[in-house]
Amino acid sequence: MSGKIRLINGNGLRVDGRRPNELRSIKMEVGVLSNADGSAYIEQGKNKILAAVYGPREVHPRHLALPDRALLRCRYHMAPFSVEERKSPAPSRREIELSKVIKEALEPAIFLEKFPRTSIDIFIEVLQADGGTRCAGTTVAALALADAGIPMRDLVVACAAGKVDGVLVLDLNDIEDKEGEADVPVAYMPNLGLISLLQMDGSLTIEEFNQSLNLAMEGCKQIYKFQKEALRSRYVTIKEEVEECLR
Amino acid sequence: MFFFENRQVVTPGDLLAEGDYVAGNNTYKEGSRIYASRLGLVEYGEKMVQVVALNTFYIPSVGDQVIGKIEDVNINGWVVNINSPYKATLRASEALNKPFRQQKDDLTRFLDVGDLIFAKIISFDRTIDPVLTIKEPGLGKITQGQIVKVSPAKIPRIIGRKASMINMLKKETECKITVGQNGIILISGPSPEHERLAIMAIEKIAQEAHTSGLTDRITEMIRKEKGAKK
Repeated sequence: MSGKIRLINGNGLRVDGRRPNELRSIKMEVGVLSNADGSAYIEQGKNKILAAVYGPREVHPRHLALPDRALLRCRYHMAPFSVEERKSPAPSRREIELSKVIKEALEPAIFLEKFPRTSIDIFIEVLQADGGTRCAGTTVAALALADAGIPMRDLVVACAAGKVDGVLVLDLNDIEDKEGEADVPVAYMPNLGLISLLQMDGSLTIEEFNQSLNLAMEGCKQIYKFQKEALRSRYVTIKEEVEECLR
Repeated sequence: MFFFENRQVVTPGDLLAEGDYVAGNNTYKEGSRIYASRLGLVEYGEKMVQVVALNTFYIPSVGDQVIGKIEDVNINGWVVNINSPYKATLRASEALNKPFRQQKDDLTRFLDVGDLIFAKIISFDRTIDPVLTIKEPGLGKITQGQIVKVSPAKIPRIIGRKASMINMLKKETECKITVGQNGIILISGPSPEHERLAIMAIEKIAQEAHTSGLTDRITEMIRKEKGAKK
């Protein structure tokens, strides 16, 4: 690893000053778009991601409809201005793959079998990217689904862990993801204790992998609290508006 | 065993209760545990645990009365949008009072695209789209009034316990109010002023659905507004 930047400094801190097991700062908001049935917005470090959910609604084109359950469709898209060098707005191979991966991470949480012959459409728009967008995208999409009033078994939370300069770290950012040794994104349903997405990029020993997985799950549990808070505050803001009217 | 206070906010996946309870609306049961499946307020009953959802969409149910909009005319019926994931159909035989003859009768003379109808759902299940009828008294084409759309989750609140809210609204605003279970409400009153008052009240109810003592507050509001007009 000659000539590369040091990702962990002498004090054991990371490039952005975080400790190895520390998350980036997170801000979430629910119900930000009025035209969508459900929507949410997340800022995780420098990531800024918007999600919109439509449905259940009629499937177009008709022949895609499934007779026994709803069709879940997901589009993960990065805005041309979301990265330093302009990204072509056309869906890339990576975006098509992430759309599929996020769809499959959310699928087990939704009661799709309750709404046969319909479709639920999720749109994830990355406005600014700084690593870990598939995880933040999954987290925010789950919030938008809950906002749309779609029945779910549990919220889905996602978070990554990995290895950077020989140290296991939580919630990798863009540089750590690109220059680091390994990245393990995990999507998790905390109340049910089920994992719905597990990927790995790079190389880890079995021991390191197990540790990363546990670290990522711990991260998920922390983000889960923010998710619940965001949903509750949706109710609280409605209530506050009402109370203001009463005065 | 209960894990929340009554009327506390819960999110999907929250464990609500464990033991011998029945899983009510917006909840699901796994073994003896009951979880929430929607964002809303939890309500614990004697035997049942349910969640009053903050936001839902309309899923048709046989016997429901709904307000729909004609979207298309076929050779033997209409396609109706009932504000639900499923498009409803209204057969000509369920709309006309005489035998329907395909060659002679022009369906657009009875109902055309854009017309609104107040109808009842006569059949619906997982495999077939809802089928409507307008043959019963009180049902049929809507010819006058104004339409308000609210979330179907708020409909029970607008009707109120033993129809207390809706009866109060009708009395105070002097309007005829027809509530569709699909979240669409028709208001027709003696003047646009009366109708505006009723719409205002309904929107207020939808917004404040989860607060208590609402009926009294709405009554007060309507009376104040009426006083201001005079």
